[in-house]
Formats: sequence, structure tokens, C-alpha cells
Amino acid sequence: MPLEISVATGGTTPIWRQIADQICRAVATGGVVAGEQVPSVRALAEQLVLNPNTVARVYAELIREGVLEAQKGKGVFVARRRAVYTKAEKLRRLEAVLDAYVNEGVYLGFSAEELHEALEKKLRALEPGGKAK
Amino acid sequence: MSEFAIQTKNLTRYFGAKCVVRDLNLSVPRGSIFGFLGRNGSGKTTSLRMILGLLSPTWGSSTVLGYDSQKLPPDVRARIGYLAEGHPVFGWMRVRDAEAYQSRFYPKWNRELFHSVLEFFRVDPATRSRNLSRGERAGLCLAMALAPEPDLLILDDPAIGLDPVARRSLLESMVYATRKADRTIIFSSHLLADIERMADHIAVLDYSVLRAQCSLETFRSCVQQFVLRFDSTPPELPAQIRGVIQCIQRGNQLRLTLVNVTGETRAAIASMNPTSVEEVAISLEDAFVSYLGGNLETIRLPDRAEPATVAGGVS
Repeated sequence: MPLEISVATGGTTPIWRQIADQICRAVATGGVVAGEQVPSVRALAEQLVLNPNTVARVYAELIREGVLEAQKGKGVFVARRRAVYTKAEKLRRLEAVLDAYVNEGVYLGFSAEELHEALEKKLRALEPGGKAK
Repeated sequence: MSEFAIQTKNLTRYFGAKCVVRDLNLSVPRGSIFGFLGRNGSGKTTSLRMILGLLSPTWGSSTVLGYDSQKLPPDVRARIGYLAEGHPVFGWMRVRDAEAYQSRFYPKWNRELFHSVLEFFRVDPATRSRNLSRGERAGLCLAMALAPEPDLLILDDPAIGLDPVARRSLLESMVYATRKADRTIIFSSHLLADIERMADHIAVLDYSVLRAQCSLETFRSCVQQFVLRFDSTPPELPAQIRGVIQCIQRGNQLRLTLVNVTGETRAAIASMNPTSVEEVAISLEDAFVSYLGGNLETIRLPDRAEPATVAGGVS
């Protein structure tokens, strides 16, 4: 299934973040599959009417994170999920994100129930057919 | 080759007693898309005309593609495409005659490109220029600027007066123009949506003075908004909080817009003892309007050695 990306100006989310979020979401929900080709930097920039440097930076970041991979002479593809991290490393990364989530939530004054609910909502939105935020 | 397509040094211009551009130090990186922002009458057009050597400065200097603006050799001038404010054309010339006329000035003229830009904007080459709509005129001026395949494109308020369709065509042309490696584009605009789409770097001119020059990302991250909630009437802002460009009180709440937030700023905020402090996301437009509408007493221009900062705040 081809990747559908749209961006909106005037919002509080920078354009590069919108693109990164949409690509990551498509990968996470299986909207695009491992090995599937994504548009080239130039093709996406011309399609979305954006500075190609913005697209290039997003792609570079996603390649660095292992979400996308560049195949020389062929283009950019969704990365095959490699076991890059050990189980321990994965857990460590999850801990860091959880700490940030819990600390920020508590600092902002949310209760444990409210934090649970917010998390449930996000997870539900990831399900295929779920309404993406 | 210099890393900058345009560099100005204390560029200043007076018209009579009025200072229209004051000590402008602009550096436009080669290969970037540079957005030149500022309110009407801020001095953008005057700056661009001095950079092009069409106007001489009162003092200061500028270089474009490494050459002194006031002494541009013809072969360097041929590497610059310029779309002047208001999309000026020779009204009596038919479009195809305008091409025949203009192309004589350039050693290189890409006819195919000229005509495909015309087609893109739906311009009939047989039309007399004065009968073109605003959008079509913009298309003609853009075609004229792009056909010599310039290394530097200077677009002065190219979207002015354009309907949404023509504006979109303009932006698509700009993206297309980046196909040439190392081509630099500088455009002035009020339309923040266009800046958001296209600009790598921006410079903000505020009534003759350069107030910020940085990447768009830096600008966005430098302007932050916080909502402080209090049990009762909010206290006065402590003197140590620097960089406040806007402070709005509503009931027991303060909405603070700040630039260059540091640990010190956060500590000063904490010292007000709010019941909660929430950082809220802010759109580029709101950031820009607050920044330009805000309260500035001292202006701190970024030094080359310092990381880019956004000038602002009450000292």
C-alpha cells in the first residue's frame, strides 16, 4: 500500500515532525511494510510542495533510527526490522520513555487514572482502523 | 566559492532624514532557501535593491556571489535571476516579444524552461503583457528569472496579489528550481505558510533593523509560550525574567511568551510560585506575531561566534 502523507501549515506541529510521525505511524500500523519503497526526497518534496532539505532531514533521521533504509542507486525503503537491540537495551529505552511520560504527567498535575486513560487512547488509535490523532 | 551567496556589512540607507535600512549584516548561505520577513515598509525591498547594485547604500557594503554589489560584472549579473516587487513588465510588449528582448541580455537562455513555466501559469505567448492577469504576470516574471538558469534567485514579494492557485504554482516552481544543485533562493514574504513550507533560514527586518537571523527551526524553538496558574491574582513579573515579549493576564492565569529561555528564566518563573507551569505549543504565525508585536528595548544581534539567537526581551 503506498504511503499517504499530508502536511498542514499554521499548526503547532512543525512540518518535519508531521512527516516523521506519519511515516512512523504507517510503519507501526503496517500501512507500509518492510521492504516497501517510499517516495524519494525530491518526489515527496515536489508532491507536498516543500523545501527538499526538510524532507531530506526527516529521511536522514529516520534512516539513523532504523525506520527507513537507503539502498544505493535504488531509493529509500522501509527498513526490514532487524534485531538491532538486545532485549535488555530495548527495555532500557522503554524505561527512559516511560520515565519521561510519568514524570511529565505528574508534574503537569494529572492523576494516575488520567495518565492510564491517555495511554489507552493512544494505543487504541494505533490499531488498524483506529482513528489516528 | 564562498559559503554565502549574499553577504552584507553594516548596509545602511537613508532617504533624506529617514533611515530605511540600518546596519544590516545579512549572510545568506549558498544553496539555501532564505525567507526575508518583515512588516510592510520594513526595508526589505530597499535591502534587496542595494544587494543587487540597483541602489547605492548610504554606507556599508554587500557582496553577491562573492562580488561587490556596486561593481557587478555582467557575467555575474547574468547568474542572478530577479523578480522585482509588483511583477513589473513592459505593458506594450507581447509575451513572446518580451522573451526575445530579455533573452538578448543573457549568454544562457533556456527556451524550453521559459515556455514550460509560461505553460504552467497558463500564459499565452501572444498576449500583450498589460492584458495579463496578476497570476499570469507573476508567471511571466518568474519565467524571465528562471530561464537564464541563475545560481541565485531573488524574489521580492513574489506572491503578492496572487490567488491561491497562482500562489501554489509559484511555490511549486520554487521547489522545482531547487533541482539545480547549489542554487540559492531568497524570497521576501508575509505569508507565513509559504515561509513554513519553503524556508531553511529566515531573517526578520523590523523597521530598518535586523531583529533575527537564524534557521526556521531555531526561530521556532527560541520562541516559547508558558501558561502559569496561580491561586489568586498573579504577582508582578520579577526583574530577572529576560526575554519576555508578551504577557497576558486572564483571571488567575498568565500567558507568557518568551525568547531564549534558559535555566535562569525557568528559575525566575518558579520563583513566582505558580501552582502549575505548562509549556504550550505555539504556531509559527503566533510566534512571529508575538515576536514582531512584542516589547523590545534592547536588540542583541547574533555574533558569528555565538550560536544563532533570536534577539528579544526587555533588558
